[in-house]
Amino acid sequence: MLKDQDRIFTNLYGVHDWRLAGAKSRGVWDNTKALIEMGQDGIVDAVKESGLRGRGGAGFPTGLKWSFMPKESDGRPSYLVVNADESEPGTCKDREIMRFDPHRLLEGCLVAGYAMRAIAAYIYIRGEFVQEAINLEIAIKEAYEDGLIGKNAAGSGYDFDIYLHRGAGAYICGEETALIESLEGNKGQPRLKPPFPANVGVWGCPSTVNNVESIAVAPEILRRGEGWFSGLGRPNNTGTKLFCISGHVNKPCNVEEEMGIPLKELIEKHAGGVRGGWDNLLAIIPGGSSVPLLPKDICDTVLMDFDSLRDVQSGLGTAAVIVMDKSTDVIRAIERLSHFYKHESCGQCTPCREGTGWMWRVMQRLVSGEAEIEEIDMLINISKRIEGHTICALGDAAAWPVQGLVRHFRPVIEERINSRKADRAA
Amino acid sequence: MSQVIETGKAFEFTPENVEKAKAFIARYPEGRQQSAVMPLLDLAQRQNENWLPKEALEYVGNYLNVPYMRVLEVATFYTMYNLKPVGKHFLQLCRTTPCWLRGSDDLEAVCRNKLGIGNGETTEDGQFSLLEVECLGACVNAPVVQINDDFYEDLNAENFEAVLDKLAKGETPPKGPQIDRVNSAPEGGATTLLEKTGGA
Repeated sequence: MLKDQDRIFTNLYGVHDWRLAGAKSRGVWDNTKALIEMGQDGIVDAVKESGLRGRGGAGFPTGLKWSFMPKESDGRPSYLVVNADESEPGTCKDREIMRFDPHRLLEGCLVAGYAMRAIAAYIYIRGEFVQEAINLEIAIKEAYEDGLIGKNAAGSGYDFDIYLHRGAGAYICGEETALIESLEGNKGQPRLKPPFPANVGVWGCPSTVNNVESIAVAPEILRRGEGWFSGLGRPNNTGTKLFCISGHVNKPCNVEEEMGIPLKELIEKHAGGVRGGWDNLLAIIPGGSSVPLLPKDICDTVLMDFDSLRDVQSGLGTAAVIVMDKSTDVIRAIERLSHFYKHESCGQCTPCREGTGWMWRVMQRLVSGEAEIEEIDMLINISKRIEGHTICALGDAAAWPVQGLVRHFRPVIEERINSRKADRAA
Repeated sequence: MSQVIETGKAFEFTPENVEKAKAFIARYPEGRQQSAVMPLLDLAQRQNENWLPKEALEYVGNYLNVPYMRVLEVATFYTMYNLKPVGKHFLQLCRTTPCWLRGSDDLEAVCRNKLGIGNGETTEDGQFSLLEVECLGACVNAPVVQINDDFYEDLNAENFEAVLDKLAKGETPPKGPQIDRVNSAPEGGATTLLEKTGGA
């Protein structure tokens, strides 16, 4: 188990003062100037060496992403955009950073923004997080007043602004180009790539979009050294991670743990175990709603990191662990997710706009059992016609939970259809 | 399809909100004032009992020199802009899987049986509106209902009824977890962060 001294989010549960004085007493903003004096390339290299992979779901190497930003300006300014549109079902970690440790995020904005030669950061927070936005606004004001951001930020000689932008209820804005559209005051519909945001992002300027957690851990990585971070976890899956454990556990919670912790250990140590005991487990969605679920036999041994979960045809995603015990109607659990994706499709690409509705309607029939056996394959067929055929990954995200259900629980679906048929015949 | 309501009454920002609007616009680069459409719609909605009539959309468009159609596009795309009046207490009930697994159906039943309203409906006295929404992002405190700006967490039929009773009496029940629990820490006490690590 990770030692407390290796935990970054020391106010995860909000028991300490989240404001500037409290944050400073926990080591935030501790000689940030020295971090900036590492230089732009020094910071990018250290983050690369640390092995930090994006904490928003895709797991793209963070330092590498920063290195895509132009080193010389062609006259356009560069921007850091922080993705705080936390909406992936099961995920509620960035919320805790923003309401209980906002200064950690702000310090990260300065360091990351400097490293990518940005003049400002825009934090795009989901609209429903009203209290979190209020805390962040207060923290931004405190940081300006203390000279930590703004002109000559933290005494570094670098000028850097941070602004907050509130969303208004749209999951799709967690997709980086939809987020950029929304920041420009438009409907949140994803853009075709290329051009990539590092070339043409918000307001036509070079931009990098990073998840809250990725940015918030950066100063601590630099302060303690990239070797400290890369020494935690496993190769290519380094560091600590915030896990959100929800569903049928005795004590749902957020917790910061080491990457690569066994799923079973994570649940039993921190979440009080599965309701009714481990043997009462049916399935787990290990990384937020967009990744395929895992049946119990895989959960018995799987490790919680990018590569381990990919090897079992799922993913770490946002590390949001949704637990289902044997009382769960697993078909209905996935039907709720199909409804979610139908609701959140932005409507731009036909396969997703129409296909998510089709999948949901078939899923409803599978829940009631009022379906034909052939519809199971039809459902997979529809999902394959969405997956990979849309501008953004929402289509894939809608397809995968359904595919995971059929992969692991086809007999349950068939049995429901057959018993419904038998009922009707009788 | 179009669901925008005209009230026939002019809308304009209060002097206080004019100041706030200026501050929002100043967050974005010169000439990019369209970026302020979302914060200004939110401001207008807060000024107008939590909903946006056509006059408010037009006002925001004129205020930012953005065509009405662009404002309408935004107002209809995002779920948090209410284009019709809602009750004083606007209940947003999460129905996505993590909340469903922990009993959001029971909360829906409370709304139906106690308040007599279903999805998209408002009580006759205008006190409560219900909207079923997708994931609110507080899944380890499921099930969750957002009431106006505040999250009410770790709900069950009983404590949700108690929250509604207090609201009906004009009281403000404490937000956050409705069981004995510290934010998103495990019930009964944290398993981590037990060593003294500083902090006030």
